[in-house]
Amino acid sequence: MDDVHKRFGGVVALDGVRLEVAPGEVHALVGENGAGKSTLMKVLSGVERPDAGSMRFDGREWRPAGPVEARRAGVAVVHQELALAPHLTIAENVVLGSEPGTGMLGRFGPSRRGEAARLASSALERLGHGHLDPNRLVSTLTPATRQLVEIARAIAFEARVIVMDEPTSSLGRRDTERLLQVVRRLRDEGISVVFISHHLEEILAVADRWTVLRDGRTVDTGLMDSIDEAGLVERMIGRSLDAVFPERREDFGEMVLRVRGLAGHRLPLHADLDLRKGEIVGLAGLVGSGRSELLRSIAGLDPVRSGSVELRGRVLPRTASPRDRLQRGIGLLSEDRKGEGLALRMNVGENLLLPRLAPACRRGVLSGRLMRDITRKWTERLSVRSGAFDRRVGTLSGGNQQKIAIARLLHLDSDILLLDEPTRGIDIGSKVQVYELLDRLAREGRAIVVASGHLPELMGLCDRIAVMHRGRLGPARPAAGLTESDLMSEAVMGRERNEESAA
Amino acid sequence: MSDVAMKTTEAGESWIVRIGRLAAPFLGLLVVIGVFTAIEPEAFLSVRNGQTIAIQTVVVGIGAIGMCFVIIAGGIDLSIGSVIALAGVVAAMMLDAGQGPTVAILAAAATGIACGVVNGGLITGLRIPPFIVTLGMLGIARGLAKLLADNQRIAPPPDSIGWLEGFVDKTPDATWLLVAPAVWAFLGVAILAGLVLRKTPFGVHVVAIGSSEPTARLCGVRVTRTKIMVYALCGLAAGLAGAVLLGRLGVGDPTTAVGLELQIIAAVVIGGASLSGGEGGILGTMIGAFMLSSLDAGCNLAGIDNSIQDIIIGGIIVAAVTIDGIRHRGT
Repeated sequence: MDDVHKRFGGVVALDGVRLEVAPGEVHALVGENGAGKSTLMKVLSGVERPDAGSMRFDGREWRPAGPVEARRAGVAVVHQELALAPHLTIAENVVLGSEPGTGMLGRFGPSRRGEAARLASSALERLGHGHLDPNRLVSTLTPATRQLVEIARAIAFEARVIVMDEPTSSLGRRDTERLLQVVRRLRDEGISVVFISHHLEEILAVADRWTVLRDGRTVDTGLMDSIDEAGLVERMIGRSLDAVFPERREDFGEMVLRVRGLAGHRLPLHADLDLRKGEIVGLAGLVGSGRSELLRSIAGLDPVRSGSVELRGRVLPRTASPRDRLQRGIGLLSEDRKGEGLALRMNVGENLLLPRLAPACRRGVLSGRLMRDITRKWTERLSVRSGAFDRRVGTLSGGNQQKIAIARLLHLDSDILLLDEPTRGIDIGSKVQVYELLDRLAREGRAIVVASGHLPELMGLCDRIAVMHRGRLGPARPAAGLTESDLMSEAVMGRERNEESAA
Repeated sequence: MSDVAMKTTEAGESWIVRIGRLAAPFLGLLVVIGVFTAIEPEAFLSVRNGQTIAIQTVVVGIGAIGMCFVIIAGGIDLSIGSVIALAGVVAAMMLDAGQGPTVAILAAAATGIACGVVNGGLITGLRIPPFIVTLGMLGIARGLAKLLADNQRIAPPPDSIGWLEGFVDKTPDATWLLVAPAVWAFLGVAILAGLVLRKTPFGVHVVAIGSSEPTARLCGVRVTRTKIMVYALCGLAAGLAGAVLLGRLGVGDPTTAVGLELQIIAAVVIGGASLSGGEGGILGTMIGAFMLSSLDAGCNLAGIDNSIQDIIIGGIIVAAVTIDGIRHRGT
């Protein structure tokens, strides 16, 4: 594909894309959401027509009239949303739309089930899953197996290029590994695979070459051997990784939160923590060390057994409810975004305004227009794409969901932000935006605690970092003087033993 | 990508979903009306029958408004039939003791609220599932009603019922009202309930608790207090329904309204509410209640046995819940 352009109305989706895929290679196509990957694949498979540019397949001009023609000619797409008929069998799905001819009656004649089953079986065999019964109903299969059926459908009709659009997004770790194995088999058969994924580790594991798209343009392309994860990320976001993290802040304000000897019913066992205005403090530690529980105890969501939380010099009563604490400015971002952080079935506006509906009320009655206006103010400020007020939160991407959850804290005007895994499960572009946002908030004078299992993130973002080990929180030390291995060994061994072994 | 096209569907989504949710009960209602019009064209479409259906809708409908809040908050109240009977008995005792109908209605309402507060208090305080707590209350309220009434009907002097009788009379004295004054009052209550649910912070909190209780708690919603209020509201609805029933029957009958909770829950679920909480609406619930009382009146006219009617209602509940399940699998 050379210099392909595509516009939708006034929106330029593709603005000069180059993509070359050699026979028998796995070609990774990466880019942020909205970079144009999906559009490019639609153009390639004939769903959309390019406005300009040329495409060549096997040396000849490539202009498929539609996906069916593209598939017949050897270019097949395995979709993100699985495109199988659940009430048909594996074999029926494999031959769907291309049923083997049945003599004079054509497709109205009796379907040749035996041949369809044989075709399906041999295709599955080639994928290393010959044991699957082609007469099983697709609705009885797991998502991972359905994906195999889609791939089988592609290769049963001699596909030479298979495009996989986020094939692992709905798979667990083991199924993902199995899928990567299938991808390697396809390559070994001489089939080209265009592999679209957010998960860079999969790309590093399976791809031979890479192409990065940004804002509808091909940014760069090269051999997989010549690049690492950081290099890919830098090209995706368009700047060096050093610039991912904002510069550290100086000039902190007065102490706003002082935690002394805080212990919950199970976790944490003992935590001391000081937090000043304008500062970001990181909580490191292994999963299960009690990071989340500490934040939840401060927010009043987990019961406290002993210890004290002092807010701007005044001790909070231990029984203060989450509501009391919210009203005094302590806001928590839950680590469990889908279960606790957001009500997925409610819309964006309701989720955002839920803790403080009063500003959207006129004489105690909610005003749709006020709700809409306030929601729009925040979604624009946090650049939430497609954050329409009445859209269900469950239909948003992880990054946009997280921004809504953070926007809620800002709407509450919380000045102490307790953020539990604020960038978990969101794409790299949103991560960078979250980092920038947190930096801005800190500079505005809010005090922020970030708990994260990702050490580079804490090192890049925080002013001080404390390590949690088995429910006990170590002292918070300036991040500038720490190394990742310091933090890791303290997280694994605890502070005393770590120091002994160092001594 | 095709952002322009997507946005229009997104903005329209909630409307499409909302209309879709109302379409099913509305179609059901049309089917019921159609079937009985075919069987008994003259009797079913008569003014008299319309008046009967309207006043019958009031008892199920008032209860269903309360139940609607409970179900949207992710709970269930199985005790509502028994509480209706208990409230009716208490109101009849008031009339019998020489009090006026206003005091009797207030007593019925207070009885219902008390039962609701106990329900809500046990559910939130002891963290017992609402199914169990209200199943217990189903027995307790029924037993209490029988105890108070000494296992008999309480028949207050006919004139003591006073204005309440005319209020629920299906052929009103003022013919321009067309249906019993209680029907109009009920419609007013329904509109008010709809506004409370959609247009007040309380309503949003109820929906939030039903959608995701942890989220509500995280956001500082007073979950315990709101839930108790929701069950109290349902109790209040039961109390008022009991008073209406007393007005219609003229006696406080401790054995009345057995199994009515199923009809009431059915009305709410037919109306598009999800038994897993967070979804539902007053308008749909009203359509559901109207459909059930049409079914009731139609069966009576056509001489269909009560037992058959029970079977039909049971089938409708299963169908409605199945549709609800399918809808959720889709999203």
